[in-house]
Amino acid sequence: MLNHLLSWIVFVPLAGAIVILFFPKSMTQWIKWKATALCGFNLLLGCILLAKFNPNVTDIQFLEKASWIPQIGVNYTLGVDGISLPMVFLTLLLSCLACIGSFGIKEREKEYYFLYLLLSTGMLGTFVALDLFLFYIFWEVVLVPMYFLIGIWGGPRKEYAAIKFFLYTLAGSLFMLLGILALYFYSSPHTFDMTELGKIAYSRTFQQFVFLAFFLGFAIKVPIWPFHTWLPDAHVEAPTPISVLLAGVLLKMGTYGFFRISYPILPDGARWFQPWMGVLAVTGIIYGGFVSLAQQDFKKMIAYSSVSHMGFVLLGLAAFTQDGLNGALLQMFNHGTITGGLFLLVGVLYDRAHSRDLNGFGGLGVKMTVYSGILIFFSLASLGLPGLSGFVSEFLCLLGTFQVYRWFAVLACIGIILAATYLLYMIQRVLLGPLNPKWSSLPDINRREIFTLVPLMIFILAVGVYPKFILEYMAPALTALLAKLNGIPF
Amino acid sequence: MDAVTSLQYFVPELIVLGTAFALILLDLFVSNKRLLILLGVLGIGAALISVRYPHEPLSLFFGFFVLDPFSFFFKLASLGIVAITLLASLAYKPPLPYSGEYSALFLFMAFGLILMGSSNNLLMIFLSIEFVSILSYLLVGFLKKNPQSKEAALKYLLFGSTSSGVMLFGMSILFGLTGSIDLNMIQARLLTAPVSQALVVATILLMMVGLGFKISMAPFHMWAPDVYEGAPTPVTAFLTVGPKALGFAIILRILHTSFLELQSEWSVFLSVLSMLTMTIGNVIAISQTNIKRLLAYSSIAQAGYILIGLAVSNVIGVQGVLVYLIAYALTNLGAFLCVIIVSNHFGNDEIESYAGLSEKSPFLAFCLTLFLLSLAGIPPLAGFIGKYFVFASAIEGKFFTLAVVAALNSAVAAFYYFKVVRLMYLVPAETKEPLDHPIPLFLALIITLAGIIVMGVWPSPFIEFVSRALIL
Repeated sequence: MLNHLLSWIVFVPLAGAIVILFFPKSMTQWIKWKATALCGFNLLLGCILLAKFNPNVTDIQFLEKASWIPQIGVNYTLGVDGISLPMVFLTLLLSCLACIGSFGIKEREKEYYFLYLLLSTGMLGTFVALDLFLFYIFWEVVLVPMYFLIGIWGGPRKEYAAIKFFLYTLAGSLFMLLGILALYFYSSPHTFDMTELGKIAYSRTFQQFVFLAFFLGFAIKVPIWPFHTWLPDAHVEAPTPISVLLAGVLLKMGTYGFFRISYPILPDGARWFQPWMGVLAVTGIIYGGFVSLAQQDFKKMIAYSSVSHMGFVLLGLAAFTQDGLNGALLQMFNHGTITGGLFLLVGVLYDRAHSRDLNGFGGLGVKMTVYSGILIFFSLASLGLPGLSGFVSEFLCLLGTFQVYRWFAVLACIGIILAATYLLYMIQRVLLGPLNPKWSSLPDINRREIFTLVPLMIFILAVGVYPKFILEYMAPALTALLAKLNGIPF
Repeated sequence: MDAVTSLQYFVPELIVLGTAFALILLDLFVSNKRLLILLGVLGIGAALISVRYPHEPLSLFFGFFVLDPFSFFFKLASLGIVAITLLASLAYKPPLPYSGEYSALFLFMAFGLILMGSSNNLLMIFLSIEFVSILSYLLVGFLKKNPQSKEAALKYLLFGSTSSGVMLFGMSILFGLTGSIDLNMIQARLLTAPVSQALVVATILLMMVGLGFKISMAPFHMWAPDVYEGAPTPVTAFLTVGPKALGFAIILRILHTSFLELQSEWSVFLSVLSMLTMTIGNVIAISQTNIKRLLAYSSIAQAGYILIGLAVSNVIGVQGVLVYLIAYALTNLGAFLCVIIVSNHFGNDEIESYAGLSEKSPFLAFCLTLFLLSLAGIPPLAGFIGKYFVFASAIEGKFFTLAVVAALNSAVAAFYYFKVVRLMYLVPAETKEPLDHPIPLFLALIITLAGIIVMGVWPSPFIEFVSRALIL
């Protein structure tokens, strides 16, 4: 088992999904616990992976390679390095927590857990695939379950949100497919292997075109302003656990694509696009912040704040410095834990009040004391309070950018101020002020819900106080990436 | 090779023909007509077993019937398609009239398709196309009490005979220019004879009218939606894959045997027509409310994607045509099998009938979803492998506009495929009455479903099969 640890991690959920198909619809309890147990088991495998991983090595570890479609040179190649490992772990953690968070789903459970586990396989596969063909397949596998999960269990405008998400992402990924094919035919002998493709010196114009093709695919997924319009719809309509995965994992697939494909394979293209990345990042940060400020809907506010926070990832990427890259990757992890937690908290409130209207609440701090504490914790983490994880990564992103684009860093700081404004304004409207009598009987957060939030809080605090333990995993791989970007043969 | 020695290589065809004649005869005595259709399936099965891979190309009947790996591929494809169609017809409701003749006609059809795949000269090409066309007219109008079916048949006949006429005209000019009907000979003569290139291109265009009609290529696609809607559904299922696949076979053979030197000329207009075909198919499909018409326009669009491989015509493109055809045939037949089951139950083909299908019949809804996803080219299903090949050929051949247009089209297509998926899963059902799955249909459904999944997950045997078919 340990020899094929990554395959196990990727395909355990799929196997579970297929088994669920054969069980009668009525055994909901059984299905629910089975899915949760599988996610827990998978998280355990993830911990083993973490323990066995050697952070000092920059190369790919746990490499698995087998021939799959020899006629066109497709291999089944899996592996992790310091860039993908945190993402794999984040995915496992959030899948497990969101699965426990899914206990509130009360209809069509069999289909729900089938699709949920299928989605898990897709997400995990995307982060460990090292063959572009395989990567594309996992990337697309994510779309279909997501469509159904939003479309069946979502809110009032679920159908619109689901198809918008699907078509947007599909269109982007088709351009990515063209980019993949262009790389494939440039290499000789033709290969889809990311490591091999990274060793080829492509012409500059070629890199620019292919970079743009990949950029379309990734930018829609992140989403980078102005490709973000699917995000508020999808987030608002999706059921809570799916919003968590959408914000926590799916958005990271886009930025992960830059780390894994665009930057190492097309360094000249990336350099050429560098200033534009910076401009788009800053625009996204400020735009997302202002739009969040204007929201009346709790979930929509968090959704737009994602646009702003993912802008920091992009800013770190645009810097091309060690600090920037460290910050970007760390911000991906932190955004997953913080925003994932915030979505869970919105879900907790919505399950009780069936409303997300920020102006309709008030004074809940008196009624739901534990809930208020946790919400404030996550909000402070999100607005970048020193001592919590959000601060570390955003600081690193700004530090990295300041060395290259001073003004971008200055402008991006506006985003942090805005984050403080909209989050504190939210706390004021929801928790403080006189208690709205309509909500005087709301019960406080229950144990199951606390259980889904505590692990995230541990990570937020731990990274905030001692970020070295996670940066240790990331830094060597990022140093190697940076060397490659700067044209130093590594 | 003369006629008598040829016969030993002609076993599958003889079995098909023998069964066809036997069916006509048995029709007089057997009262359970469903048995005759079953017999037809068995005949096809026997023929399938007797097909042998030709290790070296043979030219039977004085060169009028070639037996090469390419024709071998299409022989298997034709037999398989007809077998699945007959299985589907077994459970069609209301039961088809004159089932015995129906079954016999389909066996003749199988023979006709095999002839199309094995013709290597203009005369046989024309005759086999006409043979298949006339059988198609008959089958489309098979529900002779149904006005829609009659109208469809008449429309098909008029369109078909006009385009055949134009094609024949082109062939006659080609014969006048080169003095031969043999495709290889034509190629040799074109290289040496002092003929004007413009005239040769004109003959290609004229022939493409007739062939484009068979593959429902724009602008010769107008007949398709009406015919597909009016015909009995199993016949529609057959028409969207059978004659289309063999139409591609003939185009491929003509262009690659006789006109390879002129590739720069025809690849330009084929790529334009390819873009036109997929765009027309996809855009019009969006507004359809009848599932058969929706799938009709989708099949026009799919022809557009297959044309990419033909237009580029590099190695991967030609492979792509065949890979795509396998994937498309399995997927489209499967989708139509689901349509038959649903329309058996509701008695209509409105897309609205699919509302809440996932609650009434989860397995059926699951199958149809996978077929539609495969048509949309979502991995890991067969349709994606087909799309991959044609996209790859366009990129390798530097047909970038074509590739981008195809990518945009694929996104548009996903929209209308998901219209059906949305109804099945997102809209609640009015009643919970389950649908029945007759055994033959169920069997055919399982075959096609397994086909698209296996081909998507483990495509290498299929690619191997295709590359062996292309050793010319």
